[in-house]
Formats: sequence, structure tokens, C-alpha cells
Amino acid sequence: MTITAPPRPEAAPTPPARPSALRRTGGFLLRQWRRLTAMRTAIILLFLLALAAIPGSLLPQRSLSQSNVSQYFADHPTLAPVLDRFYLFDVFSSPWFAAVYLLLFVSLIGCVLPRALEHARALRAAPPPAPRRLTRLPDSAQLATALPAADVLDTVEEELRVRRYRVVRRERNGAAELSAEKGALKETGNLVFHLALVGLLLALAGGKLWGYEGSILVTEGQRFCNSFQQYDTHSSGALVEGSDLTPICVGLGDFRAEYEEDLTASSFTADITYGAPGEEGRPTTIGVNDPLRIDGDRVYVTGHGFSPTFTVTLPDGTSFDDVSNPFLPTDQRTMASEGALKLPDLGAGTDDQLALQGFFAPTGLVQGGILTSIDPRPLAPQVAIVAYQGYLGLDSGLPQSVYSLDASQIERGRLSEVARGNLSVGESLTLPDGTSVTLSGYKEFAALQFSHDPGQVWVLAAAIAVLAGLLGMLLLRRERVFVRTTGRPDDGGTVLEVGALARGSGDSAPRFTALTDDLRAALAARATTRAPSGAAPQTGGTPE
Amino acid sequence: MTADQLSGLSDTLFSASVGLYSLAVVAFCAQLAFGRRPAPARALVGAGAPADEPAGPDAHTPDTPALDDPPAVRRWGQVAMLLTVLGALTHAGVLVARGLAVDRLPWGNMYEFATAVVLVAVVAFVVLAVRSPGLRHLGMFVLAPVVVSLVAIGLFLYVEGAPLVAALRSSWLAVHVTTAILGFGVFFVSGIASVLYLVRSRFEARGGDASSSRLVARIPSAATLDRVAHRTAVFGFPIWTFAVIAGAIWAESAWGRFWGWDPKETWAFIAWVVYAAYLHARTTAGWRGRPAAWVNVVGLGVMVFNLLYVNMVSSGLHSYGGVN
Ligand code: HEM
Repeated sequence: MTITAPPRPEAAPTPPARPSALRRTGGFLLRQWRRLTAMRTAIILLFLLALAAIPGSLLPQRSLSQSNVSQYFADHPTLAPVLDRFYLFDVFSSPWFAAVYLLLFVSLIGCVLPRALEHARALRAAPPPAPRRLTRLPDSAQLATALPAADVLDTVEEELRVRRYRVVRRERNGAAELSAEKGALKETGNLVFHLALVGLLLALAGGKLWGYEGSILVTEGQRFCNSFQQYDTHSSGALVEGSDLTPICVGLGDFRAEYEEDLTASSFTADITYGAPGEEGRPTTIGVNDPLRIDGDRVYVTGHGFSPTFTVTLPDGTSFDDVSNPFLPTDQRTMASEGALKLPDLGAGTDDQLALQGFFAPTGLVQGGILTSIDPRPLAPQVAIVAYQGYLGLDSGLPQSVYSLDASQIERGRLSEVARGNLSVGESLTLPDGTSVTLSGYKEFAALQFSHDPGQVWVLAAAIAVLAGLLGMLLLRRERVFVRTTGRPDDGGTVLEVGALARGSGDSAPRFTALTDDLRAALAARATTRAPSGAAPQTGGTPE
Repeated sequence: MTADQLSGLSDTLFSASVGLYSLAVVAFCAQLAFGRRPAPARALVGAGAPADEPAGPDAHTPDTPALDDPPAVRRWGQVAMLLTVLGALTHAGVLVARGLAVDRLPWGNMYEFATAVVLVAVVAFVVLAVRSPGLRHLGMFVLAPVVVSLVAIGLFLYVEGAPLVAALRSSWLAVHVTTAILGFGVFFVSGIASVLYLVRSRFEARGGDASSSRLVARIPSAATLDRVAHRTAVFGFPIWTFAVIAGAIWAESAWGRFWGWDPKETWAFIAWVVYAAYLHARTTAGWRGRPAAWVNVVGLGVMVFNLLYVNMVSSGLHSYGGVN
């Protein structure tokens, strides 16, 4: 098959006889391959990529917020399933998005690899011979001098070498010529840039396949270990096995949130300890913008909140001290939070279970019996709670959130409200059966995220290569200069034609003028040293 | 001065720079209006000049009419440039006073960010106009959008100075946001050059001659505009690339992942891809000229959309805009 041939060669002339089926398919594939690796296709594919990303920003995405997607399903019950069939809630992991970028990258490799080979060859080869008519080049000029041709070429060659051109001298049809080239790094930059993009994609893919991430809320004084069972939510790449997880445990000591006068949160810091399971653990402090980094793994603080603590005393005097559960913040400005505390094991039967559902205000204000929070700092913590007794449905087989009660049990009447009230720290609510619930205080919790992404450093390295290649490609310029001399039979002088071809940013004309001015000056200087008798060197330019 | 006085000063300077820029627009208008050049023979050379006529930094070629303008026109041009520079200085003062008032870099919310982007655009224009005086004829077309943008920013995006939330307190704010502002400001000028290119190239294609009294006859030639658009985009693209990379590095430490297709990230990516397409289009047969210019205009549209829509309408981790 010929599909791996570089796209440059001319299409083979069609043989007169009917080509074999194999040849025809080969020819077809070759044509398609050339079409795919044409720059025009690259532009179209770049556009497609841009277009394909748009729905990912306009529609809610599962990767960003599962709950926004559920909300969208609730709001658009007929439209949403249709959109979902087209992966519009998972755009960036959808097959069609992958198809666009994979085609783009195949096109890129097909375009850039042959160029890279050609460039490698060109780097070793001499600059190409001068074109027949130098005046056809974008910049050209003619200079005349009284010097003989050999001297002229020596002088020009030296001038060009000083300017870091690679120079070769050739003899053609009796005329001597110079070909000079510099700035091959521009092309190198282009290749580095495009190939680094491929590297970036591979590193991203590797990170996705072998990476994982877990999130957990940890209350002060608690500890978690890196395993999928422990995390509240987790996601992992296709090649991750549960047993691959780094054996490490993290404990949360003190958590601090600091605020400016206007209550803007200024910093969150968590004192943690980390180490292998069973180890003592090393202490350290992490915070926003300042995660824990241990080779390949990172631990981040992604949020925080409060866990009110309660003391529950049963009528028989048994007391459960400082039971608590995180209440999730519903308003980051005031840290007003909502949550639930489930106590299934208080009594003997499954119908004596107790649950508290409520609202926590770090700084509470009660107006008309309604508790609101007015400050994110825990200056005057209060809760508004509703106590339920009955069956919680924890063993019903259906998973339920630990942050709210199972509404279906309440609807069915198996769990019913028995009391409600607002409590400050130390205050109690007494239930009809004599059980008392006391707000004993609060603890802070941190939302921690454990991430493992083995591709990350490679992504960074590739991104730096992308940038370096880009700078080389855009800022450097490649210039070729050709010089041809013809003797002037009348006076033994020489006429030299200079032509230049530049690729890159900026205008070439002023640079070319500067080059010819310098050449003229160098030739004049050479002429005076050669002819100290004072014969005026005959120089002069006649552009075009 | 107290923080309150500094904030007040910043707001006053904002109005002052809008005023100065408006006067500059008037002066640039006058420059164009009085610029009727009665030498059709010379001017025709300009209109018919080969498309890739080189124009050095101060080369005087027919498609950069400047030095041969009548004195009245030159004077208006100089007054306009002076007003623009004064405007840019007060405009810089807006940000400096704001920065001193809040004691941090003055680009922590959308108002400050957008104000800084417009400043970069003005500075980019001034640099171009100083290096190639012929480009002063673009003044009105750069400064008029600048005035409109600033008025809109003042009306719709204004917020009082405030401290930054915890996630923004990082030295990456300086790196990421500063480069994003630079890239955006440069793309702004590039986009305007492409819009004018589209207008001017249609005029040229219809055989419009430079002695015509129409405004479009007096802006630089299509070839010059195309070159300005391309050169600015080439300048802006690596800056934008760097801004995106710096954003990813920052996101890795602030949000726990370097890329998460947050709406802002998605649109930054889209803009990057569109500008890459523009740079390709400029060197691809069949795309050079008007199609490429359209791609550049789309690029600017994406940048503006990213600033306005994504900050104000969609919700994401980047919602620090401070505009409700
Ligand atoms: C991920 C997709 C791609 C991106 C982001 C990208 C980006 C770029 C950029 C920014 C330039 C600089 C343009 C300039 O010099 O002004 C460039 C140049 C170039 N690209 Fe790409 N490119 C991509 C894919 C491709 C593909 C698929 C091809 C081949 C079909 C290609 C071929 C080229 C060539 C030949 C140049 C050099 C143009 C010149 O030197 O004038 N690129 N690319």
C-alpha cells in the first residue's frame, strides 16, 4: 500500500490499461490522504474543533456539575434526553469531539512528518542554487564595482558569514554565484510547535487513562485514606485499578478561614498530617493555591464548612456526645448551611430512629422566628432544626444522601416530624418522648480533593515546547540571499546581482536595503585597500 | 490620600480619559475630513500599487499617506495623536489609582480587566502610529470603538474596588491576567485592522480611486491593513498562548486540575483555535485576503463574547466578575 508515501510527489500518471482494483483503491486512499493532510483541511478541522467546543460551554456538562445537568433534565424533560443521545452533556468526552481532534491530529502528523524529514535533510544540505533570474525575487538589486569577480565574491561571502549565513559558492555557465541561507531555526520552530501539540495530546490522554481523583469532606480531627470506598465522589481513568492507589492517609487538624473587613474570604488553611496507613504522619499546612504535592499525588483544599455538634440524651439518661455531620454551605458569603444528622441506632427497633434536619448559621440572626446567617465567621452559631422520628430507610437498599433525609419515607409517613426549634450553643430541644437534643458546638470541615495525574508534568513540558516552538516560528525569519557576478569586459570590473527571499514577519525591504548598503561599503573598502593609488572605486546601485 | 480618595480619583480619571479620547476622535475625524488630496495622478499610483508593496517603519510609500498630507491635515493628525497619548496617560492613571486604592494589581474584576484591555489596545495603536505615521489615518477607527467600549464599561461593568477572594491571591494573577490583557488588547487592534481591510478591499476591488471624497479612500491601502492585522495577530498569539498556559498552571494549584472545560477555559481554547486558523489561513491559497480577515474578525468576536457572555451569563469557576 502506498498510503504512507509523503504527500509531495506528483500523482502517478494513469496507466492506459484498466488499473487493477488494488491500484484503484490505493490511488483513492492516496488522494484522500493528500486531501486530509492539506493545509486547507487543517483550517476546516480547526474550525470544526472550535465549533464542536461551543455546546460544551453553553449546555451544562456532567464533568462540571452533575446537579446542573439534572436540573436541565427537570426543566426540559423532552429536549434533554435527545440532547443526551448526542452526548451534548459530555461534549468533551464524546465520540464526535474525539473524531474532530483525532482527524486534526492525523492531518497534522501527515503534514508535519514529511516536512520534518525534508527539513532534516535540508539542514545538512547546502543552500539551493540561485534561481535563474534574481530580479524575479521579492528583493533584488544590482551593484557595480571595479573589483574583479573573485574579490567581489570573497568580500560578499565574508560579509554574509559575519551575518551568520551559511554560504556556498558555485560556478554555473561561466558565472560565479553564491547561495546563502540563515534562519533554518524558524522551520525547526514550526516543527517543534506542531509535534509538541501531538505530545500534548498524548500526555493528556495518558493522564486521563492512568489518573484518578477523589473528593471527601473531612471534619477537624478526622482522617481518611486514599481508597475509592472512602471518597464521597471519585472518578478514575480506564486503566486504574483500585489496588493501584497510592497507600496514603491524610488527617485534618485545624482548619482556619480568614476574612477581610468586608467579609471577602482572604485565605483558607488546613493543618494536615499525611503518611502511609499506620504511620504517625508528617504535619504540613495546605491552603487555596497551595496544595500538598507528593510525587505524582496532590491534595487540595477545595472548600470548607461547618459541622454542628449535638449531644443527644435519651429519656433513660443514655447520652451520645458531640455527634455531628457536615452541613453543606448554601451561601458562600454568609456560610449559611444545610444538612442532616441521622441517628439510626438509638433505640431498639427500626422505628425508633432519630434524625435532625436543619439549617446552620455561623452568626445567626432570628427575625420573626426565621433564622438567617449574617456573617461567615462563627461568631454566634445557631441552628434551626426539625427533629424526625421513625424509619430512616437506610437499609432499604436505595442509596441516599448523607446530607439530607429520604423524602419518600417522610411522604409515606414512616418518618414524622416530632419537634422543631432554633438553638444557640448550649440550648436544648426536648422531644415529646423526653429525648433532649442540645447544640453542643461546632467543628469546621474541609472539602479535600486527592488527585493523581501522571500525565501532568508531561503536559507542562509539552506546553513549554509548544510555546518555544511558536516563538521560534513566529519571531525568527528565514532568509536566502543569492549573488551572481558577471565580469565587465570593458574595465575588468564586475557587476553583481543580489536577490533575497525572506519568510517571516516584518518587512524585508529595509533589511535588504541595509544589506546592500553594507555590501556596497565593504566592496568600496576592499577597493581602496587594493588600489591605494587612489583610483576612485566605481560603485553604485541601480535597483531593478 | 485615603483609599476612598484614590478610588474617587480613579473614577474622575476614567471620565477624563473618555473625554480626551472623544476629543481625539474629533481631531482624527478632522484629519480625515480635511485630507482631500487634490493630486489624483499621485494618488492613483497609491491605489494601483502592487499588493505587497513594502512599507518600512517610516518608509514613505504611496499607501501610507502621511508626510505628504497638507499642513492642516498634519496638524490635526498631531493634535489627535497628542490627545490620544494624554488620554492613554490618564487611562493608565485610572488603573494606578485603583490599584493603590485597593492595594493590589488593578485587574481583579471585569471592570478593571476590561479597562486595562482597552488601554493596551490604545497603546498598541500609538506604538503602530509612531512607527508608521501612515497608520495615523486609522486613528478614528481605533479610538471610536475605544470610546464606545469605555462608556459601556463605565455604565455596565463598573464596580467599586474590593479585596480579592482567596483563590485570586496568587502571583499567577499577575502572570495570567496581565498576559491575557496584553493578548486581548493586541487582538483588539488586529481585529479592527481586519474589519477595515474588509471595507477597504471591497472599495479597491470596485476600482475606487484615492481621490474619491469618501472616507474609505483615505484609510491605508488594503495591503497595509492586511499586514497590520497579521503582524499584530502574530504578536498577540504567543502572548495569548502563554496566558492560557499560565491559566492552566494556576488552575492546577487553585482548583485542583489544570484544565476542566470550565466555560471560560472553553472559550479561551476556542479563541486560540480560531487565531491558529487565522494564521494558517493567511498562508493558504484560497484563504488569503478576505476569508482570512473574516477569521480574524471572528476571533475578536470570540474574545469579546468570552469577556461578556461567559462572565455575566454563564456560571463557572471564573465568575469573579463582580457584576450581578
Ligand atoms: C492542532 C492543530 C494546529 C494548530 C494549533 C496549528 C497552529 C499553527 C500556527 C499558530 C502556525 C503559525 C502560522 C504562522 O507562521 O503565521 C502554524 C503554521 C503552520 N502550520 Fe499549523 N497548526 C495546526 C495543524 C496543522 C496541520 C494539520 C497542518 C498541515 C496540514 C499544519 C501546517 C502548518 C504549516 C505548513 C505552517 C507553516 C506556515 C508558514 O510557515 O507560513 N498545521 N500552525
